[in-house]
Amino acid sequence: MSSRDQILSRIRSAVAGAPEVEISRSYQTSGQEAGRVELFAERVRDYRAIVHVVPGDELAATVARALSGRGARRVVVPGGLPEGWLAAVPGLERLRDDPPLSAAELDAADGVITGCAAGIAETGTIVLDAGPGQGRRALTLVPDYHLCVVSADQIVGGVPEAVARLDPVRPQTWISGPSATSDIELNRVEGVHGPRTLEVIITR
Amino acid sequence: MSGTFLGMPSFPKNAEKALQDSQLRYNLRKATHTIRAKRATVVEELPDWLELRAAGKAIKDETLRHLDRYLLQVEEAVTKAGGHVHWASDADEANEIVTGLVRATGQTEVVKVKSMVTQEIGLNEALAKEGITAYETDLAELIVQLGDDWPSHILVPAIHRNRSEIREIFLEHMAEWGRPAPDDLGDDPRMLADAARLHLRERFLSTKVGISGANFVIAETGTLVVLESEGNGRMCLTLPETLISVVGIEKLLPTWRDLEVFLQLLPRSSTGERMNPYTSMWTGATEGQDFHLVLLDNGRTKVLADEIGRQALRCIRCSACLNVCPVYERVGGHAYGSVYPGPIGAILTPQLRGMESPLDASLPYASSLCGACYDVCPVAIDIPEVLVHLRSKAPHGPAERLGLKAAGWVLDKPVRLERAQRLATRFRGLVPKRRLPGPGAAWTDTRDVPPVPEESFRDWWDRTEGGSR
Amino acid sequence: MRVALFVTCVNDTLFPGTGKAVVTLLRRLGCEVEFPAGQTCCGQMHVNTGYRDEGVRLARQFLEVFSGYDAVVVPSGSCAAMVREQYPKLAAGMGATRAGAFASAHGGHSPFAEAVAEVTPKVYDLSEFLVDVLGTTDVGAYFPHRVTYHPTCHSLRGLRVGDRPTRLLQNVRGLELTPLPGADECCGFGGTFAVKNAAVSAAMCADKVGNIVATGAEVLCAADNSCLMHIGGTLSRLRTGVRVMHLAEILASTEAER
Ligand code: SF4
Repeated sequence: MSSRDQILSRIRSAVAGAPEVEISRSYQTSGQEAGRVELFAERVRDYRAIVHVVPGDELAATVARALSGRGARRVVVPGGLPEGWLAAVPGLERLRDDPPLSAAELDAADGVITGCAAGIAETGTIVLDAGPGQGRRALTLVPDYHLCVVSADQIVGGVPEAVARLDPVRPQTWISGPSATSDIELNRVEGVHGPRTLEVIITR
Repeated sequence: MSGTFLGMPSFPKNAEKALQDSQLRYNLRKATHTIRAKRATVVEELPDWLELRAAGKAIKDETLRHLDRYLLQVEEAVTKAGGHVHWASDADEANEIVTGLVRATGQTEVVKVKSMVTQEIGLNEALAKEGITAYETDLAELIVQLGDDWPSHILVPAIHRNRSEIREIFLEHMAEWGRPAPDDLGDDPRMLADAARLHLRERFLSTKVGISGANFVIAETGTLVVLESEGNGRMCLTLPETLISVVGIEKLLPTWRDLEVFLQLLPRSSTGERMNPYTSMWTGATEGQDFHLVLLDNGRTKVLADEIGRQALRCIRCSACLNVCPVYERVGGHAYGSVYPGPIGAILTPQLRGMESPLDASLPYASSLCGACYDVCPVAIDIPEVLVHLRSKAPHGPAERLGLKAAGWVLDKPVRLERAQRLATRFRGLVPKRRLPGPGAAWTDTRDVPPVPEESFRDWWDRTEGGSR
Repeated sequence: MRVALFVTCVNDTLFPGTGKAVVTLLRRLGCEVEFPAGQTCCGQMHVNTGYRDEGVRLARQFLEVFSGYDAVVVPSGSCAAMVREQYPKLAAGMGATRAGAFASAHGGHSPFAEAVAEVTPKVYDLSEFLVDVLGTTDVGAYFPHRVTYHPTCHSLRGLRVGDRPTRLLQNVRGLELTPLPGADECCGFGGTFAVKNAAVSAAMCADKVGNIVATGAEVLCAADNSCLMHIGGTLSRLRTGVRVMHLAEILASTEAER
């Protein structure tokens, strides 16, 4: 018998005759509507990320300020990112992932700018799903600085709403603040292997 | 399970030794109390925590009830998405599969994300035998690997080390494994984290094979889910050309939707955060990667056959039970002699390994049954219930058996109890307060004995007709 | 109302004063108590040490002796928890075939299970009986001392008696209740754990004792003499001068008595 069949048959005899299980989902499946953007901003800030909340028409200027404040000149720009977001940045060197950038090239970049697939207010989480303006997973991993744009209508209340809205087949990265570790005396320290700085612009 | 811990003495002996280490006790106390408080805060924040917990428990039970079906679903979904699925009955088979896969790539180095299951099967040692070096990349695992140490906690394997010990380890051993630590390394956690970043950076960018476990595998979609904090997981999962994930068969969840429960339960229970910094989810061969999933039994189906013990398979390895356990807090993880320490280890290890060794037979007794673990467990594993159940299956020493049988005989009939009580009161003057003989000495080493009363309650009641005379 | 006292084997043999205090207290509150002579032990030590069969034998005896009462009062959190929390699990384990229960939460239909279903809901820890059944938190006691209260694990997490004991203590005239730091942490008794893992047990108790002494209390109160025997034995060995007293004994004290 193959290990596969062996494992399956062991399982079958272990649970034979056991009663069915009923799953009750009496937990909350939607968060509060009011104050969602503020809550999201507050929770993302809790992780010590930099957060701006701006009207949509100030996005380009905010992006420009963020990048220049950081001194970021060579920035990874994933395919599908609206050109308008970068309209106000003078002298930006756009690193396109086409053909794919090597890990070393990504490492040498000053940062990366992306959009996202969803934001979760209650947990301060940004979800990337490799959609337009987000790129493959390595793009937001190797550069040390991640600038992420979230529009208010992408923000949901809680985890259940995000799960409902996302497509499991797409590769996903859920990001809650910059890279961190609690491995030393269980104290949280920001900045290990992922981007050490996360900056988030929320547009409404 | 791995042979690393074979031949260890019983838990009480290990514990006694650990208790002498005041640095260890200090480190553990500080760390467990910090995380306890953090967990309590973020759990209280959710008004529907108990409902989430009940759902988490039920979803895991459902998974186990139809595990055969869900495993086949996973196999089909992962294969359809371009991945390869392998089945391993035990540790040896899993190690063989992984070694073979790495060999086929022609590589001799792999990067690893922290994974309990690969420790359980002793994968690093198996790879080393074949000339393959496995580099641990999680900060705490790195500390353990560099210090040639054992993990002592599920989530924070180096919880027993404080910052200055970590600094020493980095200074002394980083050079043996790659880029050395900077000479002016201090013991500030931020500096230590930076040193780890530099040490591993090059390795991440160049290593072609990654090995991981998974927190969850979604049956209906074949999606794997890994929660982490540092980004080392993302590095190992995304950059290598080949990814091999070794997963215990109990890690499945039936549906994508089930994540709405577990992505709330797990981060809050484990690191005490609303959400962990990074969660990666992928299905099959992603972004051009060669992907292999190894499904591991290694004793789990045996656990599944035990009606009471099987609830241990619900465990999502959050480590909340360790962090609240008064026994773990004082002795640390090494005393449990397994990669699974603390309360969950005390019920899982004896079920996976059996109770033949003195260590494994003593694990169900490594608890005062205070119930703190059950209270915090996000999937409501009744750890005290399983401990008591395992105690009834554990081998008992002849002296203890005799004592308990005798007590049982006395208590069986009120008249026997009455006679025993009268005997005790008659000789009450002879009971020493400070030094009992035989096994009683374990009591009087630190505690005085209460005086035996002149008359039992029962005799008083009879004599006074319930105090009315 | 027919009220029975299950004094417990430990109290019966070593701490008869606690049983007498319960009787005094309940009489004062206008409640007649019976002491069924057939009682011995709930079986906790046997079950928890891994001697399930002996434990079940004692459980059967308990159920037989205490069947037919309206309430069974137990001056021990852990014995009350044994009966109320663990008997149903024992019943589930027996009633079911190997594959009959998935998560071991389903009861069987054996005579044992039926007796468990009949008797266990009427079993009360002393503080529960006073507060929930008699509906009082002021039992008219007088005890002019500084007291700190240790909520034992099985009262706290097994029975979930909550703040009932401290509400009772707060209404004792003359009594000054000082909060115990780290109150919800186990004292390290754990039955045979205290002997089988004596070193860990002692380390846990040392921390508990440190917290007790820090309160400056003269008396440590709890609702379980087993834990008190362990903590009290350590307090005495360390010559701290702190006395231990069962909740029943404090609640039974009155001005008249002094
Ligand atoms: S037993 Fe429960 S509390 Fe302990 S690690 Fe597993 S899931 Fe977490």
